[in-house]
Amino acid sequence: MALTREQMAQRVARELEDGFYVNLGIGIPTLVANYIPDGIDVMLQSENGLLGMGRFPTEDELDPDMINAGKQTVTARPGAAIFSSAESFAMIRGGHVDLTVLGAFEVDQNGNIASWMVPGKLIKGMGGAMDLVAGAENIICTMTHASKHGESKLLESCNLPLTGAGCINRVLTDLAYLEIKDGAFILKERAPGVSVEEIVEKTAGKLIVPAHVPEMTFEESA
Amino acid sequence: MAGFDKRVFSYEQAMEGIEDGMTIIAGGFGLCGIPENLIAEIKRRRVKDLTVVSNNCGVDGFGLGLLLEDRQIRKIFASYVGENALFEQQMLNDEIEVVLTPQGTLAEKMRAGGAGIPAFYTATGYGTPIGEGKEVREFNGRPHILEEAMTGDFAIVKGWKADRYGNVVYRHTAQNFNPMAATAGRITVVEVEEIVEPGELEPSQIHTPGIYVDRIIQGSFEKRIEKRTVRS
Repeated sequence: MALTREQMAQRVARELEDGFYVNLGIGIPTLVANYIPDGIDVMLQSENGLLGMGRFPTEDELDPDMINAGKQTVTARPGAAIFSSAESFAMIRGGHVDLTVLGAFEVDQNGNIASWMVPGKLIKGMGGAMDLVAGAENIICTMTHASKHGESKLLESCNLPLTGAGCINRVLTDLAYLEIKDGAFILKERAPGVSVEEIVEKTAGKLIVPAHVPEMTFEESA
Repeated sequence: MAGFDKRVFSYEQAMEGIEDGMTIIAGGFGLCGIPENLIAEIKRRRVKDLTVVSNNCGVDGFGLGLLLEDRQIRKIFASYVGENALFEQQMLNDEIEVVLTPQGTLAEKMRAGGAGIPAFYTATGYGTPIGEGKEVREFNGRPHILEEAMTGDFAIVKGWKADRYGNVVYRHTAQNFNPMAATAGRITVVEVEEIVEPGELEPSQIHTPGIYVDRIIQGSFEKRIEKRTVRS
């Protein structure tokens, strides 16, 4: 079975480490905040200028001056810091954020990512994505492995205009967890009940399959 | 003697001197921390052919979206647009020129513009459509593109509190692009919720020192929320 959005978030959350500063993109990456493992502390960075994003506000706490990069009203946790957009992107470009999680339309075996523009469709903009992928050393891309029509999104070379070149080293799809290294995808884990054959079939880029590919496990509640 | 007293007492005075074809740098992120009354005054004055530098372009009927109604914006530099139907329509009809700019690069263009740095190299956008036609130079084995700084004829800024001398503090994430915008205007106008006496703001807590600010006005604000999310 392909992973649900919640399972994808849960799997990504296992990559969090105590003391990490983390930037979560819109969509599945945002859900990662719900699965931070017990006993570790992470600080969420929101690129509009907030380090230490807290929960959504109650009606009483609601404040129009307190939003995240998705423009949702949020709170700041104790120990948070608030700063300008220039300061925020200094952190991002300067490589100070420990982990960035963001969605993508396509990635390729050379670590290129396309996530912001489909020619012919309305283009709304890249927001902070180009700065995030250029600045982070440690990025996890979350995406579906193939389109609804079965076309692979893990490619030899991205077809869509890029968000960044050579910057992605880890991908979590609904079918598999992979690393990108030396011009190839390396299959590290597969979703429960998903065969290596299916992943091979749905990966258009060069794929290295180790002798043993463990299956991900999830607790019942997920 | 006005000395360092930057106060003005009407929005008409606040935007005095704005003309057709000018470039305006605006603070704000989405609808958070936008100079909503200064934008409304620009609409009232019906100036046209404006170039606007702002992360976003408001929504239908509010914020910079107001300036779309009478087609006052000819060109906009922004990182994310199209939250408004009117914008989308004008973009598809080529009635507005959009220069999509990565968010961090946009912030740095304003910061550099205000700081007298004419251009800077960044890895952001290399290998993407944003890097096309731009000078490339390698530093530490990595290619970077040259991005030019930006300044405006006017900068319009939303602060929380200011003193008469134009020292400004921002509130929460309404800070966003405002401090950089404030440095990048030939004329910088800041509207705030409260003007206080010099000495009331803690000097070490000032976000924008008064040297950058030409005019200060106290206003009242709607502060519309774009995405209201609450927990029960």
